[in-house]
Amino acid sequence: MEPKTLKKRSDYEWVVEPFGKMRVPAIIYADEGLIKAMDEKVYEQATNVAGLPGIVKASYVMPDGHWGYGFPIGGVAAFDPDKGGIVSAGGVGFDIACGVRTVSTGLTIDDVEPVKKTLAELLVRKIPAGLGSRGKLHLNMKQMDEMLAGGARWAVDRGYGTQQDLLRIEEQGSAPGADPAQVSDHAKKRQQDEVGTLGSGNHYMEIQQIVEIYDNDIAKAFGISQGEIAVSIHCGSRGLGHQIATEFLKKMTAAAAGYGIVLPERDLACAPINSPVGRQYLGAMRAGINCALANRQVLMHLLREAFAAVLPKAELKLLYDVSHNTCREETHPVNGKQKRLFVHRKGATRAFGPGDQSLPAELRGIGQPVLIGGTMGTASYILVGTAESMSLAFGSSCHGAGRNMSRTQAKRQWQGRDIVRDLANRGILIRSRSYRGVAEEAPGAYKDVSQVVEVAHKANLSRKVAKLVPLVCIKG
Amino acid sequence: MVSAYMSDEAKKTRWEHFPHQADVGIRGLGSTREQAFEQAAVALTAVITSPEKVEPEQKVQISCSGIDSELLLVDWLNGLLYEMATRKMLFSRFEVRIERNNLNAAAWGQKMDVSKHCPVVEVKAATYTALSVRQDENGTWIAQCIVDV
Repeated sequence: MEPKTLKKRSDYEWVVEPFGKMRVPAIIYADEGLIKAMDEKVYEQATNVAGLPGIVKASYVMPDGHWGYGFPIGGVAAFDPDKGGIVSAGGVGFDIACGVRTVSTGLTIDDVEPVKKTLAELLVRKIPAGLGSRGKLHLNMKQMDEMLAGGARWAVDRGYGTQQDLLRIEEQGSAPGADPAQVSDHAKKRQQDEVGTLGSGNHYMEIQQIVEIYDNDIAKAFGISQGEIAVSIHCGSRGLGHQIATEFLKKMTAAAAGYGIVLPERDLACAPINSPVGRQYLGAMRAGINCALANRQVLMHLLREAFAAVLPKAELKLLYDVSHNTCREETHPVNGKQKRLFVHRKGATRAFGPGDQSLPAELRGIGQPVLIGGTMGTASYILVGTAESMSLAFGSSCHGAGRNMSRTQAKRQWQGRDIVRDLANRGILIRSRSYRGVAEEAPGAYKDVSQVVEVAHKANLSRKVAKLVPLVCIKG
Repeated sequence: MVSAYMSDEAKKTRWEHFPHQADVGIRGLGSTREQAFEQAAVALTAVITSPEKVEPEQKVQISCSGIDSELLLVDWLNGLLYEMATRKMLFSRFEVRIERNNLNAAAWGQKMDVSKHCPVVEVKAATYTALSVRQDENGTWIAQCIVDV
């Protein structure tokens, strides 16, 4: 994107004042370098979103913004139900509640290095990953509905994890207002064998080392320390989420004209929050969130079993679980009044600051952990939400770096085998069923997440706490 | 009717991938709209595995309808993805009939075998992005969209 097409409000805030159909400005949080690297579609999509009914304050783009489906990836937009505000299936995405959870272990590199390979092999056997993999749980329809209503809480009740875990998940592990009846049989069928599976593509389970601490006080409050081993899981709502998105995009596209909504792009398909289709989608989407939370809870349980078998002294504690494809009902101040808004974060993470009541007691004074995934060859980051973030973009931050190269190009440029070998030489073990898949996920195919995180930090969207590098990466 | 086994002499009829930053563009071409839809399905399979590796052993019927050709294409591809997910199958041969905007098709394939098919990635859904069903100046039908992986 050409910076000159935007109005520079500060080094990290770039604005498109409303023109044409826009009801609010579009605001992009990035530095000049990231703006230049952003594709042109970001401008088009951010300004399209700004034209949707009931949008409040602005259509925001995070530092990792790039071309998405209707909404830009890294897009944040909130809608007021009292002003004809909409909810958009495109604003949530095909992988509802895709997200990251990170656990601390209490282990050091000296504990893990001698058994790194053993752990890798065990995780490959235990963690169902990739197309065609089957979860260890097969749910009947009644159990499926219970899972969709309960989320991670359902999983804990069945023995996958502890009550303590739930405090470290957004909305305590269970999205309110989930309505399993709004989820089609097709979607449930697609999920029957997929509970507790990792998926493929950019999903992963990664053993990491914390190599740098940027804020000692917050790191201590988070219970993490320099040199400690952590594990992160990145995946979402699997087939059920994809099916819900597919079906509601179709429904919303068909219904839009009837609600007087002109869609600039079909992928922006939406419906008024206060409409039958809108309410059905919210019920289904929240069930999708629960599906993702249950999924990550089960995967964490399998991870704990693996570590218990190899390193019994490990204590895997959940630091936090964040979702980056959601629409959530939240209260935010608008023109001095507290307003109930429906906040879409598409490839963007909630980043609530200190004092927020939704945070567990021991984190309330500090702020919400924000987990940013990197590539298998670079780094991931832990940040913390800030007070400023609440007024910058409804308490939101970026979620990852985004690609700078298509999959087709990445496959031509790299051989999976070479990547696996090169990373192994650097001490990083990659385990994947597909070398071609590894090539598509090559670290070089992604933008520099460090730059994105740096800008998020400088823009006050969230502040850096720790940097983690990969040791073992399980991919599907 | 079209098969992944058809030789390249059947020139107009083929599939291709086109680049998209985050995901993959699939495109089917043919002398009829139906052929373009069949080739798009082969292109979809090719995102996951080499279509040549998929034996057309078992037949599955798929029907759908859309308001227009383009929404029909997305429904067709998403219908295939659903069958693939729930039957744990991959497909390589397709026979599509379209009347107005009602599609009836047969897809032939086999159960997915990880060691044989080495699936690269799972396709989440066909999207409305870069969605197009049209004829070019030579009369060749082109059916394409981005799929989310």
